[in-house]
Amino acid sequence: MSALSQALWVLLLGSLLGLELIGKVPPTLHTPLMSGANAISGITVLASLTLIAQANGQVPLLLLGSLSLGFALFNVVGGFLVTDRMLAMFSRKKTRSGGAG
Amino acid sequence: MAGLDLLPAAIDLVAVLLLALGIKGLSKVSTARSANGLAALAMGLAVLGLLIQQPLSAQAWLWIAIGTASGGLLGLVTAQRVPMTAMPETVALFNGCGGMASLLVALGVALYSPGGAPGLVEQISIVISVFVGAITFSGSIVAMGKLQGWIDTPGWTQSSLRHVVNIGLAVACLASAIALPGAMAGLPLWVLVVASSLLGIGVTLPIGGADMPVVISLLNSYSGVAAAAAGFVVGSQLLIVAGAMVGAAGLILTQVMCTGMNRSLVSVLFGGALGGAAPVGGGGDEAGYTRITSCSAEECALALEAAERVVFVPGYGLAVAQAQHALRELSKLLEAHGVEVTYAIHPVAGRMPGHMNVLLAEADVPYEQLLEMDTINPEFPRTDVVIVLGANDVVNPDAKSDSTSPLFGMPVLEVDQARQVFVVKRSLGAGYAGIKNALFELPQTAMVFGDAKAVLNGLLSELRSMGVGKKVAA
Repeated sequence: MSALSQALWVLLLGSLLGLELIGKVPPTLHTPLMSGANAISGITVLASLTLIAQANGQVPLLLLGSLSLGFALFNVVGGFLVTDRMLAMFSRKKTRSGGAG
Repeated sequence: MAGLDLLPAAIDLVAVLLLALGIKGLSKVSTARSANGLAALAMGLAVLGLLIQQPLSAQAWLWIAIGTASGGLLGLVTAQRVPMTAMPETVALFNGCGGMASLLVALGVALYSPGGAPGLVEQISIVISVFVGAITFSGSIVAMGKLQGWIDTPGWTQSSLRHVVNIGLAVACLASAIALPGAMAGLPLWVLVVASSLLGIGVTLPIGGADMPVVISLLNSYSGVAAAAAGFVVGSQLLIVAGAMVGAAGLILTQVMCTGMNRSLVSVLFGGALGGAAPVGGGGDEAGYTRITSCSAEECALALEAAERVVFVPGYGLAVAQAQHALRELSKLLEAHGVEVTYAIHPVAGRMPGHMNVLLAEADVPYEQLLEMDTINPEFPRTDVVIVLGANDVVNPDAKSDSTSPLFGMPVLEVDQARQVFVVKRSLGAGYAGIKNALFELPQTAMVFGDAKAVLNGLLSELRSMGVGKKVAA
């Protein structure tokens, strides 16, 4: 039971942290922030890897784990890269002095 | 031995810290890009920490390699290929896949119980993980389809029939969830999977295109919840805390977006599509307008040529027409002519809050020229020409003056204060709110009908033939 209550504490504190982390977001950043947060939610890769590690040679489990790993990594890799692509456009504008076309 | 146990724990803690700093940094313009990198680093650390903790067989490594190669490569290619205008549906697709991953993990544990027979907590977590994961997946895919224009809003989803269907599906989910612990790998599990997936479709399908960003943001929050639930299933505290953080932050972001659009979350989710979900430019109700002045690109070009201060108001129509590059060309030409050009960005301009900024940034519009609503509104009275490009409800003056208007109270761009307003639009069709726009009938307003890109290119050639911007080199 102590493992459970510990996990519930983690859940509670993590949720509270998440509520506090983003207070005022300029509208400019709504899309990149959503995309970045979306990439982070691909943290399920950890669950996929655990599933594969615990599969103990059972092929259906390995298959499910690998499939789920693929989906999660698609989310993670794609999410971070696409967020970076968006944000790169903002920072490029700032460092460049004139609008050379 | 103790040292070896501590290392993964330390890695996990650092990963959580970096993730939190990453989310925080993503909400500020100056730190956003490095914060994104920080979050990616955190993710890498978390995976590393897990891999050194778990003894893995060669067979396991093989399956990991297969999953990594396929998912990672697809993600890489997708992220590089997708056009900036398709960003909302891309985020929806990625998000749906995250939900699917949680669903598959829960299915694996439920069907094969790799870590021994699941206890009550695991069983509840499996139910939540399957339920939320399936809703996230099917809902996100529907959202993507609607944004891409692959899926229409069927008529029955606008009647109360949809509530009956969705409540039925919810009851089926609940019943199967209650029956699940009795037979982990049995029928209830599959009923839960199917009913949750259908419920995800059922709740997303009725929602109109304008509200889709809110839905994607909410589904993004769900995928965090699904990840946290998967954390309970496999017993990973890192997964629980990261999932909870994303879930909660996603809720806040959803709320922020709703506020910007003057919509309540409840009305987005249960109110159906506004204005009967008439497709944009679909003809709509053109009746009701009596004092419309329309003009040609030539007249508009003349006004631009004589202006000292011009403000562009880009909207959804600009994004659809992919006209951001033409717009940039036009403003360069005007600037070369000595005209002061700025862009007024409404918080919800484009297809998603912040989307317009990304699109214009892609077209090399200097960041300093993009002015937010509160900055630009006091400037309109001393503006000579405003050009509204495919925006409608966000410039409707009724939102300020007419308390009976459904838009009343929504913050709008006060373009009616400018000396002259040109509205570039494909037709007189109503905007998302499905109502008339009083701006169109004002004496200083003229409509330029046409696709935003075609009109802008027409303006460009008119101005060039007038000799505007000739002396400028480079």
